[in-house]
Amino acid sequence: MSQEANMRRVTAIRNGTVIDHIPSGKALSVLKMLGIGGNMFNPVSLVMNVPSKKMGGKDIIKVEDRELTQNELDRLALVAPDASVAIIRAYSVAEKLEINLTDEVINVARCTFSNCITTNHREPLPHRLMVTNRDPLELRCRYCGKTQDIEGLVDNLL
Amino acid sequence: MPGIITMDDLTNEEIISILDDAEKLLPVARGELYLPLLQGRILGNLFFEPSTRTRMSFETAMKRLGGDVVNLGDVKSSSVVKGETLFDTIQMVDGYTDIIAMRHPRQGAAQYASDSASVPILNGGDGAGHHPTQTMLDLFTIRRAHGTLEGLNVVLAGDLRFGRTVHSLSHALVRFGCNVTFASPDSLRMPEEIVNDLRLHGAEVVETTELLDQIPSADVIYMTRIQKERFPDEDEYNRVAGAYKLHARDLDGAKSEMIIMHPLPRVEEIHPSVDSTRHACYFEQAFNGVVARMALMCWLLEVKIPEDVNEAGVPL
Repeated sequence: MSQEANMRRVTAIRNGTVIDHIPSGKALSVLKMLGIGGNMFNPVSLVMNVPSKKMGGKDIIKVEDRELTQNELDRLALVAPDASVAIIRAYSVAEKLEINLTDEVINVARCTFSNCITTNHREPLPHRLMVTNRDPLELRCRYCGKTQDIEGLVDNLL
Repeated sequence: MPGIITMDDLTNEEIISILDDAEKLLPVARGELYLPLLQGRILGNLFFEPSTRTRMSFETAMKRLGGDVVNLGDVKSSSVVKGETLFDTIQMVDGYTDIIAMRHPRQGAAQYASDSASVPILNGGDGAGHHPTQTMLDLFTIRRAHGTLEGLNVVLAGDLRFGRTVHSLSHALVRFGCNVTFASPDSLRMPEEIVNDLRLHGAEVVETTELLDQIPSADVIYMTRIQKERFPDEDEYNRVAGAYKLHARDLDGAKSEMIIMHPLPRVEEIHPSVDSTRHACYFEQAFNGVVARMALMCWLLEVKIPEDVNEAGVPL
């Protein structure tokens, strides 16, 4: 199936953000990471498991009337570091945003290890997760050194 | 401020250099020589959970070098119980001291303190995490007994799952090309991620449940305490832990220079009959905690050890 046909599964949006090339099945995690759920009124379209030449299969999300911020892109990098993000204005691509998974992810999510010093919510230093491998993604807490449960991070977002 | 949080904070060359310093400081640690290299310096001892050897040996090390020590005291009567964050406690002690030794029940606490402090932090144990000063004294003990750290057969036995001592030590041994054998009950095996990590670094790792079979080929047997509370009932504990006890009669086939180490406290895993054998090394190991920590504090405070300590010090 062509790229165009994939994109036409849902209608083009006038203004907002299109997140393409999300690994198959990860769209729901992406929505959770971005805090997009029932508590907002923007229309959201979601396509899962569509064929992709590059990835075999992929998910796509379109969020209307909302442009992602840098902080949201940093969060996105944890579940979909290779996703492509386009800002749409008046039905055209106005901007293509880069997702850069930096060597350290600061204050995006807290460590998932229950006995880590950072589980005390009153401790003021930033939450720092070091990227120790990119493919597959592996993160370690700077403080306790524990390898992070990537799925678990979705529930530990700040 | 650089501290020593894990053994990764030291290169092999730095480890050797600190062990050489420790060697020079032995007469000072024994109280034979007064050498106040750290006079005017204050150590902050922050032990948020109980410790006997680590806390006392830090204190002895600082005092033997002419420095002073302030203690957090009993956590139950300190500001910690009032809900003070570790960050705030460190800010306060940072202002009072020149170097901090700490133990904390939470993993990562030492790195967190190091990021909060301007003075160097020495990690004396953080949860099930790291205990690098114990590893340094263990390496010092092994090197003194064998003259080298390289190529030795080291058997680590007992509770390898929860013991932070054996985690840090096995990484360090592999860095110096030792062969490591892990002898433990199945339920207390060395965590898989550590075994994989060691193999990734080219180590030949053997895992077994039979301790006694390993005695003839061992250069070092490092015993650890198996805690009763790790087992569902006392019968199960007695059945399993019984296989990880050493008695003098078990050592007949051992190499003459083989040493038995233990981070202490021991309970039943080393029978008192072993104490009088040439292999017993655990009390010397405990003493070495003082000299290793002296060398570590001097290194962190950038105080150079004189080449000839006998000439620099005053005999006592």
